[in-house]
Amino acid sequence: MSFITYVISGISLGSVYAIIALGYSMVYGIAKMLNFAHGDVIMVGGFVVYSLTNSMGMPPLVSVICSIIFCTVLGVAIERIAYRPLRNAASSLAVLITAIGVSYFLQNIALIIYGSSSKVFSSVVSIPPLKLAGGALFISGETIVTVLACIVIMVGLTLFINKTKAGQAMLAVSEDRGAAALMGVNVNGTIALTFAIGSALAAVAGVLLCSAYPSISPYTGAMPGIKAFVAAVFGGIGSIPGALIGGILLGLIEALGKAYISFQLSDAIVFAVLIVVLLVKPTGILGKQIQEKV
Amino acid sequence: MAILDVTNLSISFGGLRAVDDFNISIDEGALYGLIGPNGAGKTTVFNLLTGVYKPSEGHIILDGKDITGKKTIEINKEGIARTFQNIRLFKELTVQENVMVGLHNEITYPTLAGILKLPSYRRAEKEMREKSIELLKVFDLDQEADTLASNLPYGKQRKLEIARALATNPKLLLLDEPAAGMNPNETLELMNTIQFVRDQFKMTILLIEHDMKLVSGICSKLTVLNFGQVLCQGSTEEVLNNPEVVKAYLGE
Amino acid sequence: MKTEKKKTGTLFTANTKQLIITYGMVIAAYLICEICILTGNMSNQMKGLLVPLCYYVIMAVSLNLTVGILGELSLGHAGFSCVGLFVGAAFSISMQDMITAPYLRFFLAILIGALAAGVIGLLIGIPVLRLKGDYLAIVTLAFCEIIKNVVNVIYLGKDSAGLHISAKDTASLNLEETGTVIIKGPQGISGMPSDANFTIGIILILITLFIVLNLIHSRDGRAIMAIRDNLIAAESVGINITKYKLMAFSISAALAGAAGAFYGHNYQTIKATTNNFGYNMSIMILVFVVLGGIGNIRGSIIAAVILTLLPELLRDLSEYRLLIYSIILIGMMLLNWSPKAIEWKKGLAAKFSGKRQAMKEKKHSEKGAQ
Repeated sequence: MSFITYVISGISLGSVYAIIALGYSMVYGIAKMLNFAHGDVIMVGGFVVYSLTNSMGMPPLVSVICSIIFCTVLGVAIERIAYRPLRNAASSLAVLITAIGVSYFLQNIALIIYGSSSKVFSSVVSIPPLKLAGGALFISGETIVTVLACIVIMVGLTLFINKTKAGQAMLAVSEDRGAAALMGVNVNGTIALTFAIGSALAAVAGVLLCSAYPSISPYTGAMPGIKAFVAAVFGGIGSIPGALIGGILLGLIEALGKAYISFQLSDAIVFAVLIVVLLVKPTGILGKQIQEKV
Repeated sequence: MAILDVTNLSISFGGLRAVDDFNISIDEGALYGLIGPNGAGKTTVFNLLTGVYKPSEGHIILDGKDITGKKTIEINKEGIARTFQNIRLFKELTVQENVMVGLHNEITYPTLAGILKLPSYRRAEKEMREKSIELLKVFDLDQEADTLASNLPYGKQRKLEIARALATNPKLLLLDEPAAGMNPNETLELMNTIQFVRDQFKMTILLIEHDMKLVSGICSKLTVLNFGQVLCQGSTEEVLNNPEVVKAYLGE
Repeated sequence: MKTEKKKTGTLFTANTKQLIITYGMVIAAYLICEICILTGNMSNQMKGLLVPLCYYVIMAVSLNLTVGILGELSLGHAGFSCVGLFVGAAFSISMQDMITAPYLRFFLAILIGALAAGVIGLLIGIPVLRLKGDYLAIVTLAFCEIIKNVVNVIYLGKDSAGLHISAKDTASLNLEETGTVIIKGPQGISGMPSDANFTIGIILILITLFIVLNLIHSRDGRAIMAIRDNLIAAESVGINITKYKLMAFSISAALAGAAGAFYGHNYQTIKATTNNFGYNMSIMILVFVVLGGIGNIRGSIIAAVILTLLPELLRDLSEYRLLIYSIILIGMMLLNWSPKAIEWKKGLAAKFSGKRQAMKEKKHSEKGAQ
């Protein structure tokens, strides 16, 4: 039974990674940049809910919606102010470093407002836990909501990309920005939309993450952000099913590694698996291989 | 005697046979042209000869030695050097440094000698500088030795690529559209340079070119490639008067 | 940037001049600091920063070898200094009784730390240098985190029978009663002799510069830069891509290892955390490199010094200092790299020196027309 418990917690954690990875993957695929601040948007999303519900007592649903809106605006603003001016910079490292600057910025704002110590985050989920097999198997409400949210988001986003004009524009921009612009696609608008969606997803992930481990601090988002990027690379960056597979696999490896191999080495195991995957398949599980033409 | 002998060379990408049963034999000291319409597979032949792609069939014999399937750097050491259709210079290095990189396997010293600036380093570097200037003079680039390669005008960049390839001291030089983007005067000058290089360095040259003036002006023999297959082969005059060739170029 | 058009033969002296400026800058900074210390014009807080400063400078210069000269993005540089630190420090602690001459022992510790990091760099480089760009970046980051994690589960002890190592706990080392524990898992390594000082740091910086700058100006350095500029062309002129990528990567790792070993001897105890040896530190070093100019060694030194001192100078602003630091970082990146800002700066510069230049050019073109 304990094995199944670990698998369930792995899937739950993996679903959060998948949601974050999706945002990472979309931004990377379309804006071609490693958005190091993505993890910190997660943290901001968590803190908005913390402020509204835990401190001011607003209903959880309202604060979650506020959090999504806030992060969406924040994501678009970050892109507009910090990233867009550097889009055609001579080195792609420029925007990477700026993203690191934004990450420091968000962390330190949170640090000034909330202090560095961890705060108790009361879960926004009020669904009762599921008890199976006569109480031996316990699935928390947070897990149920997380997995459901992940499925809904994956399906919704796939439909959005494939069925709507804006989604097709995203595909076009990720394929070839210059050509897309020539075909009349609003590249700036499309990239801004990508950041908006990615940040909204980050807010959702933030709330779910903080609810599952009922605590929050200015550094809450950093490591999950990095791991979600690992998940995105794992599954093949730029691919929605890739983010899902990568996220879930990562969550499972982490949960089972913690349980059966070593608690302290669980991160090392996750990273080691990433390295092995990339060495066997350099563009991830579902990634496309691109060869330079001579 | 043939310096290069290629038999039954073929490669497929997916279902497409990009080069199909390609044969060529080039005599030492020849100036040989490889022509054909766009997409005929000319550059792919170069990529096969230099080991960028591995042929699925066929053999490549350079100066009596089978080099089929060898790696690019080994093939370069065996004696094939090339230029690229889309210029590939070391942009952040100077013109002279570009040629010095070409001399990499010609003049050597241990890493440690370089880090400690031992006498062997100074000797070798001096020789490299002298030799590279000599080569640059052939292409009239010695005045720009300290310019960054990316700051050179287009025509000179093409020449620098040839100089860099020559620095590796090859037996066979492959030039991929050396006159692309040049005006008629520059092209004329380039023709003279290519002939000079052939005579001076006793080099065999195989070139891909669309400029028929250049091809008919300096090449003694031609191979025409169409849809990955050899359409016809022979002396320049013969080939250019062949109605099949005219048809392939102009369509029906 | 290299000056354009000059007669051949002057290249060498131009390089020499640049070298003198770089070395001279370091030595001048050293002399100024020493004078400040002797005349009592340096605060204790500042004195405490000198050794870390040297460490950051070496880290930045060595990372620039990977990022600027080889042209590959590494987010795992701190991992190599972590290896160097733990190996070098463990050597010093265990040899404390045997080698009593502190300078010799410290020299050997740095050398062994460098060697260990270089070997790890080589081992990591062999599989991962096939990857490109951001994929390489994420894998180096992964290795850095693995190294940090592994260091945190290692227990190392010493007694009369020699060294004991375990991955479980102190008890499992089975030490004799007189034995000492050197590395205590997550509690880190402790008992280093405090051998590090500013002078040795400066010497180490000079050695690092000597190695990196001479490498760049040698045949091997040119091969490395050729790979950076155009891999396919480099291959076509017979350059062994794998060999030179590995050379640059492992030299860079070894120098980071030396820096780590040096840094470790400045403290009695060190724990490997995300902030000092995890990706956070790797990223901070990368910030130095990018801000100082990718491939610009002197720039790395200056950026490392300024950005290390900046938070200290902003100390009066207490809790706001890191916020301001991040704003300055973003602002500087936008100002230095955004195409629009670059154009604007050019326009501004042209305005200042503009009028006379414009007149000259006008005259020139008129002459040409005649």
